[in-house]
Amino acid sequence: MPDLPSPLLPANVQGWFRSRGWAPHPHQLAMVEAAEAGDSALLIAPTGGGKTLAGFLPSLIDLAERPRDGLHTLYISPLKALAVDIQRNLEDPIAEMRLPIRTETRTGDTPESKRRRQRAHPPQILMTTPESLALMIAYADAAALFRHLRCVIVDELHALAGTKRGDLLALGLARLARLAPRARRVGLSATVAEPAQLLAWLSRTGRAEGGDVRLVTGRAGASAEVEILTSRERLPWAGHMAVHALKEVYQRIRAHRTTLVFVNTRAQAELVFQELWRLNDDSLPIALHHGSLAAEQRRKVEAAMAAGKLRAVVATSSLDLGIDWAAVDLVVQIGAPKGASRLVQRIGRANHRLDEPSRALLVPANRFEVLECRAAVDAVAAMSLDGERPRPGGLDVLAQHMLGMACAEPFRPDDLYDEVVCAAPYAGLARDEFDDVLDFVATGGYALGNYERFHRLKMREDGRMAVAGPAVARQYRMNVGTITQEAMLRVRLNRGPVLGEVEEHFIQGLTPGHTFVFAGQLLKFLGIREMEAQVAKGGSGEPKVPAYAGGRLPLTTALADRVRAMLADPAQWPGLPEDVQEWLRLQRWRSVLPAHDGLLVESFPKAGKRFLVVYAFEGRNAHQTLGMLLTRRMERMGCGPLGFVATDYVLAVWSLRTPKDMDGLFDQDMLGDDLEAWMDESSMLRRTFRNVALITGVIDRRHPGQEKSGRQVTFSSDLIYDVLRKHDPGHVLLRATRADAAGGLTDVRRLSDFLARVKGRITHKDLDRISPLAVPVILEIGRERVDGSATDELLEQAAADLVAEAMPELGSPGNSQGRLAL
Amino acid sequence: MTMETTMTLRGVALAPDPSGALVWPAERTLVVADLHLEKGSAFAARGRMLPPYDTRATLDRLAGLVERLAPERVVCLGDSFHDRRAAGRMEAGDVARLRDLTGRVADWLWVTGNHDPEPPEGFGGRILDDLALGPLTFRHEAVPGAVGELSGHLHPVAAVLVPGRRVRERCFAFDGGKLILPAFGAYAGGLNVLDPAVSGLLAERFEVHLLARGKVHRFPRSRLSPDKA
Repeated sequence: MPDLPSPLLPANVQGWFRSRGWAPHPHQLAMVEAAEAGDSALLIAPTGGGKTLAGFLPSLIDLAERPRDGLHTLYISPLKALAVDIQRNLEDPIAEMRLPIRTETRTGDTPESKRRRQRAHPPQILMTTPESLALMIAYADAAALFRHLRCVIVDELHALAGTKRGDLLALGLARLARLAPRARRVGLSATVAEPAQLLAWLSRTGRAEGGDVRLVTGRAGASAEVEILTSRERLPWAGHMAVHALKEVYQRIRAHRTTLVFVNTRAQAELVFQELWRLNDDSLPIALHHGSLAAEQRRKVEAAMAAGKLRAVVATSSLDLGIDWAAVDLVVQIGAPKGASRLVQRIGRANHRLDEPSRALLVPANRFEVLECRAAVDAVAAMSLDGERPRPGGLDVLAQHMLGMACAEPFRPDDLYDEVVCAAPYAGLARDEFDDVLDFVATGGYALGNYERFHRLKMREDGRMAVAGPAVARQYRMNVGTITQEAMLRVRLNRGPVLGEVEEHFIQGLTPGHTFVFAGQLLKFLGIREMEAQVAKGGSGEPKVPAYAGGRLPLTTALADRVRAMLADPAQWPGLPEDVQEWLRLQRWRSVLPAHDGLLVESFPKAGKRFLVVYAFEGRNAHQTLGMLLTRRMERMGCGPLGFVATDYVLAVWSLRTPKDMDGLFDQDMLGDDLEAWMDESSMLRRTFRNVALITGVIDRRHPGQEKSGRQVTFSSDLIYDVLRKHDPGHVLLRATRADAAGGLTDVRRLSDFLARVKGRITHKDLDRISPLAVPVILEIGRERVDGSATDELLEQAAADLVAEAMPELGSPGNSQGRLAL
Repeated sequence: MTMETTMTLRGVALAPDPSGALVWPAERTLVVADLHLEKGSAFAARGRMLPPYDTRATLDRLAGLVERLAPERVVCLGDSFHDRRAAGRMEAGDVARLRDLTGRVADWLWVTGNHDPEPPEGFGGRILDDLALGPLTFRHEAVPGAVGELSGHLHPVAAVLVPGRRVRERCFAFDGGKLILPAFGAYAGGLNVLDPAVSGLLAERFEVHLLARGKVHRFPRSRLSPDKA
């Protein structure tokens, strides 16, 4: 890079670069140029390219040249910790350039007194989160606070866009555009498949063709060297832990300075960590990092990492965002990466000096994962990332925003509608949908009209909607935000330190004396005391590993397509391990290979049952749904379905008889009534409804310290769901729930694309025994926990087992059901 | 009349119904507890817009039972109305529905509860603080030590662990001397029977009759799982 003075940079800024021995990157100068022209800008650059500084540089220059008071730049990050980190990192250049700039953070942890002071005397640069922004714009003084705002920086935009937090933030930015019409927007993002979607998100028009956002692309780093571990051990048929290969992973850790070992789930993290320590004859400092560990513990690991004291960290996606470590020289991915974009981001954690290539090692845990790893490596080399179609913004988030805007000041519905459709997620929002949501916010919007006299919002004579009273605003402030997660319990080591948090349902599945693996150690569960799980070290018996909700990401569509193409084309096989090639050759001989664009269905007898194996490659979630729908239909066809199991690649259904009409079995109309009926019953929809009810304030969030006492009766969102579904099935809360369930998980859409694609292209092979390709999925049977409808029988079985033991003095044993005629 | 019973209280055979009601076949009597009619609108009046259909949903289920079992007597064990102003908020159609329902039963009894110490007049039936029928006593809140007693008030629920999951549902709690009914109302939540507020009223060994998936399942106390905290 030519070390010439840039006319764009004032002398003190140039001097600072020189004093560091740096020259500004071209993308940093391009960001300054965009600012000079008054344009918004989207910067897409790999980690480590001075991205954050590029975002702030124009603001530093502006404030250096025209020092003034008032909030000038708002920085928004998806993580509280990142906001704090960035603020610390920015303090150095500001001090060294001697700039008259005050920076502060404001998050959920900021005390009320400091928040009040910040509203009255704001710093020039404020670091915050989407939720804190929502709170700030819901105060009557928001107009004064943001009057002088010149720039909003959204960090990690790729991680926010397309989520409900992103929806909330987009609505907040739409309001800022009215309060501060001169404020530019700056988006910082990792490499994505569809920059146009982020351009639209950032635009004040909510559309990609808005023309008010410049795209700035950072220099791509040296291309990554990615290797797939070809283990000397025989490749397992099934499983996800890759235990067979950990000895070789350990050797690589020994041979490198610092290694990041990524896994896909927290349960995997615990097991891999344990196993690595079992192999750790050299006592290398190897640490564990995942989202359920206590924040303090995570900070310790991060600090040790930054100080270069660790040789390896086993981590989940808790390390996908943010924090930069230059010292990492190898990234290991255990198990398949599930998506090309995800792999790129993980590889990018190594060697942040852009002139050195990143080095990564993929460790497939079973045979199908070998294919997936190969497909991911090809996709990365071809720079083809996974794109997802943007989903429309959540109606529940819109409802929350409307209430917040009414808390700020009374509004005319027409004005708010015009404002809201400038937020990209809501660009396509129909006016009647908007009115339905507003009606819900105001009076509940129920078909039964007897709530007319109860209002949260009231229409005033001047045509503006206003909150009905101060209690409404208080309730809004208690419930703001879109993060709804399962209740977590702290895990405390026998009245000692807190180790972290686990899902409540996991702890409820334990009885005192049970052992489980958490935070890298074997623990014995003692009991629950004061809202905490008390545990002791050690114990005996088969440990359970915490099962975390949502730990498994499904295979992306783009990657699935590559896997199908590879299977169908023997010319692509030579790069694969010999085990895998042999497996595929055997499949071709004994059955056929799945065609790239068609669907292979195999049937065969085994253990007195008929198996149907469906090679759909649409990801576990879509396969689960398909399994539910197929078994319903097979029931009607008289095939006697008994159960099914789904992996990311394959679905297997077992039954008494094999269905004859495959085209009929996979007909697209299964997505009609059957799907509706199943969705309404499914626990997935109940969970989604609970989130919608929380976000819309129908039920309250539980805040720490105000937990309900045992005597109080808990109010479950399931009760509301059941009543609403029966009596007002078209209500906006249920529409929001169904849209979330269908769009958020993407599996239903994938399924409908899949059924359309394979129509008329189904190959059915009726075999006399199991095929080679079917072995992995058949091995999964029994690993999966029993689901859904089987609960009934389990209950009866559990009850039946116990009748004999149960208090014979209290009545006759037997069926306790009372079916009677009076 | 043939039937199966699961509970015998002071020699009286009583049958739990999967709906949460209790049937006393010999007396052609149906017992329900804690309807909490108009709980939804009570929240709405405070700005929490719960769906308003809870009264309708509760009356639907109650009407279905009356239709199916044709009882000569219905006993509502208190907290039938969520608060003193519940009747005033009730939708006209629901008011007519409830009047029709009480009119179809020879003897409809409203036992008073803490939420409805003075249940609204005009819905038919008789209002009582408590009631003795044969060897049994009916009251809203259980009295410690009382035997042969049926009560509501506590909204008992129980949880059991079955492989892979935890099932938590409404239940009857029964110790041979006392029977506590589950809440019948659509919006009535629940309190775990292992909470001292419930278990403290019962004998050391008790059982529950759990309402799950349209059936009643019996479990001894030893099989139950506590809620957290």
